[in-house]
Amino acid sequence: MSAESVFPQLEALLPHVQKPIQYVGGELNSTVKNWDECDVRWALMYPDAYEVGLPNQGVMILYEVLNEREGVLAERTYSVWPDLEALMREHKVPQFTVDAHRPVKAFDVFGLSFSTELGYTNMLTALDLAGIPLAAKDRGLDDPIVLAGGHAAFNPEPVAEFIDCAVIGDGEQAVLQITDIVRAWKAEGRPGGREEVLFRLARTGGVYVPAFYDVEYLPDGRIGRVVPNRSGVPWRVSKHTVMDLDEWPYPKQPLVPLAETVHERMSVEIFRGCTRGCRFCQAGMITRPVRERSITGIGEMVERGLKATGFEEVGLLSLSSADHSEIAEVAKGLADRYTEDKVGLSLPSTRVDAFNIDLANELTRNGRRSGLTFAPEGGSERIRKVINKMVSEDDLIRTVAAAYGNGWRQVKLYFMVGLPTETDEDVLQIADMAANVIAKGREVAGNDIRCTVSIGGFVPKPHTPFQWAPQLSAEETDARLAKLRDKLRNDKKYGRSIGFRYHDGKPGIVEGMLSRGDRRMGSVIRAVYEGGGRFDGWREYFSYDRWMQAAEKTLPDFGLDVDWYTTRERTYEEVLPWDHLDSGLDKEWLWDDWQDSLDETEVEDCRWTPCFDCGVCPQMDTSIQIGPTGKTLLPLTVVK
Amino acid sequence: MQRIRLRYTKRGRLRFTSHRDFQRAFERALRRAAVPMAYSAGFTPHPKVSYANAAPTGTGSEAEFLEIALTQVRDPEQLRALLDESMPVGLDIIDAVEARTSGLADRLTASVWEMTLNGVAFEDAEKAVAAFNAAESVEVQRRTKNGVRTFDARGAVADLQAVRPQPDMPGGEPCAILRLVVRHVTPAVRPDDVLSGLHAVADLAPPVPAAVTRLAQGLFDEESGTVTDPLAPDREAAPAALPTAAGTAAATAPEGPAA
Repeated sequence: MSAESVFPQLEALLPHVQKPIQYVGGELNSTVKNWDECDVRWALMYPDAYEVGLPNQGVMILYEVLNEREGVLAERTYSVWPDLEALMREHKVPQFTVDAHRPVKAFDVFGLSFSTELGYTNMLTALDLAGIPLAAKDRGLDDPIVLAGGHAAFNPEPVAEFIDCAVIGDGEQAVLQITDIVRAWKAEGRPGGREEVLFRLARTGGVYVPAFYDVEYLPDGRIGRVVPNRSGVPWRVSKHTVMDLDEWPYPKQPLVPLAETVHERMSVEIFRGCTRGCRFCQAGMITRPVRERSITGIGEMVERGLKATGFEEVGLLSLSSADHSEIAEVAKGLADRYTEDKVGLSLPSTRVDAFNIDLANELTRNGRRSGLTFAPEGGSERIRKVINKMVSEDDLIRTVAAAYGNGWRQVKLYFMVGLPTETDEDVLQIADMAANVIAKGREVAGNDIRCTVSIGGFVPKPHTPFQWAPQLSAEETDARLAKLRDKLRNDKKYGRSIGFRYHDGKPGIVEGMLSRGDRRMGSVIRAVYEGGGRFDGWREYFSYDRWMQAAEKTLPDFGLDVDWYTTRERTYEEVLPWDHLDSGLDKEWLWDDWQDSLDETEVEDCRWTPCFDCGVCPQMDTSIQIGPTGKTLLPLTVVK
Repeated sequence: MQRIRLRYTKRGRLRFTSHRDFQRAFERALRRAAVPMAYSAGFTPHPKVSYANAAPTGTGSEAEFLEIALTQVRDPEQLRALLDESMPVGLDIIDAVEARTSGLADRLTASVWEMTLNGVAFEDAEKAVAAFNAAESVEVQRRTKNGVRTFDARGAVADLQAVRPQPDMPGGEPCAILRLVVRHVTPAVRPDDVLSGLHAVADLAPPVPAAVTRLAQGLFDEESGTVTDPLAPDREAAPAALPTAAGTAAATAPEGPAA
């Protein structure tokens, strides 16, 4: 396959599409390496629009890690919008990378990062545009190895038919290991074809090749067992864990796009993993243990990143950023350093406690105080015990009062609906909480304050204690939301200060079916793609009916339906589709935690209490890495 | 406070940069290059940059202009080199002068454009141009946010010529080049409106989109029928001892668009 640039053909199409700049590449800090001087070549895809995919940290990190290696190149590709897709089909322009506009099919490895299952149809679009057969079994020696990663890859079974392999966990070291294996196989003249290189990857124990495993089903449709169909591949495939984040200070040279994207800031991951133990949270479960970047490591990344990008805002990323053992020193140190430069700091994902108000004050020392977001997740004390989100209503009210008292005008409260054991009463208490927040807020700050209640539908996820839980049907979700809406609306005293934002229950059902799906879900995904499904994460493109029609067409062949995948509660004995993918979490522990949840029993965080045996550290040979280091950020010498 | 006027380009694939995209990229380049920018007052201070008359998205340009305000005095040429280094290749900063006169925008009264029409025979283009030039007015339509608007595309065109392309055009495909000088009027007449006009008067219909480049922008000179360098008055007003090398790029003789 020729690796020649398709830009001349593409260029003629660009005047006819929306926002053509997203397809031309040339971003600051992007890299184009010499094709012929490299022997392992990766095309990396975030299967969503450029504006969402470009800022993705995972892709950016791997892009840089790979390109730093001699003899290795990585280029990026994103989903093209339907307007360009139609033109590309008409003019036979293949899926291309934005770096050197090479056809994706010319690469050795086509790696896709799935943050969400809703990117699956976009993968099929990209494969088809690239001229790569959709089904892995139809691919030949000259097709790239199609590799899935990202959080959704922790259950890759719904796309098992379409991918050659999957990697779970941290990618930094894994991509280099895969590179070495592919390089050796190519250098030997590609002995044994695709099967051989996939086998070499699989036998490391860290790359899952679906084709090497057979799934046996029971007469009632459940899985009987998943068994390797050849010797030399492991029964279970392990996740990858990078230890010592300070050794991996990526991205060093973050990409700065010309097109506008969803996150226009310099992001630094201040720690990875979370052991708060929120039972609905897949990210917290699959990224254990907690590994902090040191305060000095953070300081260096921020400094280098700002120089390299010119961004005006620094985002300190993690699953719960205020939990960094030295977050106060980090925030103060950075605020001191960059006061003159008008650099703003942001801290997504913070918990509800008074300490965070001090922190928020520090971060906005020079800026405006518009809004703060907190996530109590559950409306009642009882449901918060079920989900192990340990925050009392008193704490919340105290925190929010402090926020209003410090000049914040707008507080957003985020909740989930559809949680296990939830009743109407649990959800209606959200309205009471919001009213109490406004009442207290008016007391301390007068009438010019607002609170917005924002609701997401709960979707049970693999590798969490709720992986066995029944999902609430779309109809019941909508009914509960309607009751809550009415209660908020009818609050004469506080209602006008309370905003309400929610989505209907339908998209959650599709997400739920995909996230806990098995290999039989592949036929649904294919049917949706063939029926025109694209950009399912976008409300204007998502079609619930298209998904349901596809499911009704294909699932009855297996004696199954959508409810079987979504609203059905699983039992202890059931083999789950992802059991052979090892996140380190002990299935017994997950089950016990599920039972504790039903008993409304809470679990502490192992960072400050003894280990409660979730299984990850011994299974993965890892350990918690946290500070404090006792160091501080010194003022920088001004070099101008 | 020092004000510096810059001339920049949109070349090659970066001609697809929208004006908003350019603004973000330029303001980030100012930060990377640690330019001592003056900021606006208010809750969210912005660096003081005024842009003049940006070319449409998808159109190449050799002659875009902006002005920045600094809190410390800088040598314009050094500043230009520094900023050019900080900008992506294609968005090149090619000229800089210290502002010593008022009203840069007032000196941008016309543009010189070049349109490359691949797949159009020179003779056909020439015929269409003659018909266009002979007309008193040429009504064209353009789709805008508020619906289809009808207006005259002829009046604003001060000059329009078909140029025979160099014989070494790739592939031997027919190709014609149009050079035109268009006055900046309201409502604006853009090169694609002139193309619509050529279609209206002579049925000229290029099979592929025209590659359009703004070659120069400046004060329209009735006598020569072209435009003058809008930065020249600032240069002339400078103290005698400071002729800058980059200042010699005449508006009518640009480097030509990068491929």
